[in-house]
Amino acid sequence: MTIKHHLSDPLLMGYAAGNLPEAFSLVVATHVSMCDECRARLGAFEAVGGAVLDGDAVDMSDASLEACLARLGAPETAVAPKARRGVLPGPIAEYVGGDIENVKWKPLGMGVRQAILPTGKGASARLLYIPAGQAVPDHGHRGLELTLVLQGAFKDEKDRFGRGDVEIADETDMHTPVADDGMDCICLAATDAPLRFRGLMPRLLQPIFRI
Amino acid sequence: MVAVRDRQDKTAFAALFRHFAPRVKGFLMKSGTEASIAEDCAQDVMATLWQKAHLFDPTRASVATWVFTIARNRRIDVARKAKRPEPEALDWGGDDHEPDQADLYETAQETARLTAALSDLPENQRVLIARAFYGEISHSDIAAETGLPLGTIKSRIRLALDRLRTKMS
Repeated sequence: MTIKHHLSDPLLMGYAAGNLPEAFSLVVATHVSMCDECRARLGAFEAVGGAVLDGDAVDMSDASLEACLARLGAPETAVAPKARRGVLPGPIAEYVGGDIENVKWKPLGMGVRQAILPTGKGASARLLYIPAGQAVPDHGHRGLELTLVLQGAFKDEKDRFGRGDVEIADETDMHTPVADDGMDCICLAATDAPLRFRGLMPRLLQPIFRI
Repeated sequence: MVAVRDRQDKTAFAALFRHFAPRVKGFLMKSGTEASIAEDCAQDVMATLWQKAHLFDPTRASVATWVFTIARNRRIDVARKAKRPEPEALDWGGDDHEPDQADLYETAQETARLTAALSDLPENQRVLIARAFYGEISHSDIAAETGLPLGTIKSRIRLALDRLRTKMS
């Protein structure tokens, strides 16, 4: 798999610091599951965190070591991680409670479907299903929108995005994603503000679909 | 740490505790946690380190880095604001493989270089990076911040990537 579009340094650093909204963390964890390069970059940011932690110490109370020793039980034993089967990488499969057949899709019109994933405040995450050759209504963003391709590919004004690629769009971007012919496209999308649609109909429907 | 992992050595654990528990406490207090809670959490973090010792791999990360990730996750738990999705774990070929001595040495060298690079930074940049890891700076503010000297971590990334590739092949 050749991934061309990677996570940005601020996103990886924010994730390493544990300071991203849950929906963005889900995109980062999923992309890292698919991308060795970003896994290595994440490791480097965590090493910076290690160096920061190693800096300042504040004395513990005298009894703390004894108290901690007293509660140590038997350590866990190693379990080999499960190999992935199916379309959905592990982090998303946990939210869905299974693989792609367990997703509860809601139609958005023109064959496009979505499923909102339950994430905490600050940003929202959804799975999008775009039939091959189909366009998603053109839209812009008030905040940051991350779109990660899980299956198939889409093209927009900027580039083509295939499996594992992540598109990072902000308020300056207005785009019309179109799924490639030949295979239906499934994406994970996360945004920290409602999208801005250009057409009137999508705008009217927006509150209903919670996009 | 390896003695804790492989032999459940409580003397070695006590030494790790004396070094890291005060640093975890300091880190959590800098992250806005009240002192008594930070003290309890530091104990939790050290107990987790004991519990999950089998996950520690000295060719991939320093002990400080590993402790940092446990402390960070504990901080997210305590805030109870959100879950933290984690990447899929990789199968590194079981825990019975002997770590490559060259890998161990290189990781230790890179960690020392990174620590030195951070302490050589001008005060304001160093503070900025620390504040990002205390969770005080949002990702959009990190993005807006042009002064972050991220170049210092580039060689570490290359090293980790080489290792991932050899392990996966």
